[in-house]
Amino acid sequence: MPAERMADFRPDAAADVTDVVCPVTFVKALAALDELEDGRILEIRLNDGEAARNVPLSLKDEGHQVLRLTDNGDGTCALLVRKVSACPVE
Amino acid sequence: MAFNAEQLARYSRQIILKELGIKGQQKLKQARVLVVGAGGLGSPAAFYLAAAGVGHIGIIDADEVDLSNLQRQILHGTDDVGRPKADSARASLLALNPETEVRALRAFVDAGNIMGFIRDYDFIIDGTDNFPAKFLINDACVLAGKAFSHAGILRFTGQLMTYVPGQGPCYRCVFREPPPPEAVPSCRQAGVIGALAGVVGSLQAMEAVKYIVGAGALLTGALLTYNGLQGDFRKIALSRRADCDVCGEHPSITAPVDYAQAVCDA
Repeated sequence: MPAERMADFRPDAAADVTDVVCPVTFVKALAALDELEDGRILEIRLNDGEAARNVPLSLKDEGHQVLRLTDNGDGTCALLVRKVSACPVE
Repeated sequence: MAFNAEQLARYSRQIILKELGIKGQQKLKQARVLVVGAGGLGSPAAFYLAAAGVGHIGIIDADEVDLSNLQRQILHGTDDVGRPKADSARASLLALNPETEVRALRAFVDAGNIMGFIRDYDFIIDGTDNFPAKFLINDACVLAGKAFSHAGILRFTGQLMTYVPGQGPCYRCVFREPPPPEAVPSCRQAGVIGALAGVVGSLQAMEAVKYIVGAGALLTGALLTYNGLQGDFRKIALSRRADCDVCGEHPSITAPVDYAQAVCDA
C-alpha cells in the first residue's frame, strides 16, 4: 500500500498496553480486538523495545493485518492493526 | 464477555495459545465441570481446571481427609485432617482462584442421585477409586448424553479414556462389568505413588480443557495407559460394541445401577 494512503487509516478503537509487560501486552491487544468487528482498526499504544518488537509480530502471526507502527517520541509507539477473524484452529 | 486486566494477566500464558485465545478463555469461563472424588485423581484435575479459569466446578466426596491421603491428594493439607474432603477441596480451589464458582457436595454417588448430580454439568471427571462408582458414572453419562473422562490408577500404573456421546466406545464397551469385589485390590491394599495420581489426574484436566475449547483430539476410541515404573505411555485403539449393555443397539441398562462394593474400598 502506498505511503500516502497509510495516513488515511482511522482507528475505530484504541487500547493502551503500556502498563503491562509481554505477554500480557499481546493478550490485552487480543482482548481489545475481540471487541471489534472484522475489518475494524485498532490503535494500540505500546512501549518501545520488547512490546513494540513482539506485539506486531504476534498479531500478524494471529492473522491480523498490521498497518502501521509509529514512534510517538515519548518512549511509546502507536500501532495500527486491522482485525482479521482467524479461521478456527483444529 | 470481556475480561478485566487482572484476568487477562492471570490467563495470559494460555490466551496467547492460538488453540485457546480470548474465545477459548470465554468458553472455559462459561464451562461447568463436575469432579467426582476429591482424592488422588480429582485433586490435580480440579486444581488445574480452577487454575485454567473454568467458571464452575462441582466436587463430590463423602469422605473426610485422612493423614494417609496427603501423600497424593494435593487439594488437602495437614491442617485439613478430619475435615470433609469436599469442604477442604473447595477452600483450596478458591484459594488458588477466587473467581471460580465451586459447589462442594458431601455425598456418595449412587443410582438414586447420580443423574441429578451430573445434569447441570458439561463435562464429568471420574476421580473415584472403585469399580461400582466407575460403572455408575459411565452409565449415567451415557444415559444423560454427557461427555466424561474415566481414569484409574494403582501401584505405578494408570489409564484413562474419554467418552463423548456418539463418538467411540463407553467404559462399559471396554470393560463390560465390574470384576467380583473380592478380586480387586484397592489403593489401600496395593499402594500407589502420589505422582502417578498427579500425572493421570492432570491428563484428565487436559481432556476437559480440550473438550471445552474444542481443540485437538480427545482420547475417544482410545485407552491411554501409563506405566510409571517403566516410563511408558501406550495408546490402545478401542471400538464401540454394538451389543454394549448401555450404549449398544439394544441396551439392557436404561437407568443407573448400583453394584456391591468390596468392604475394604468403603
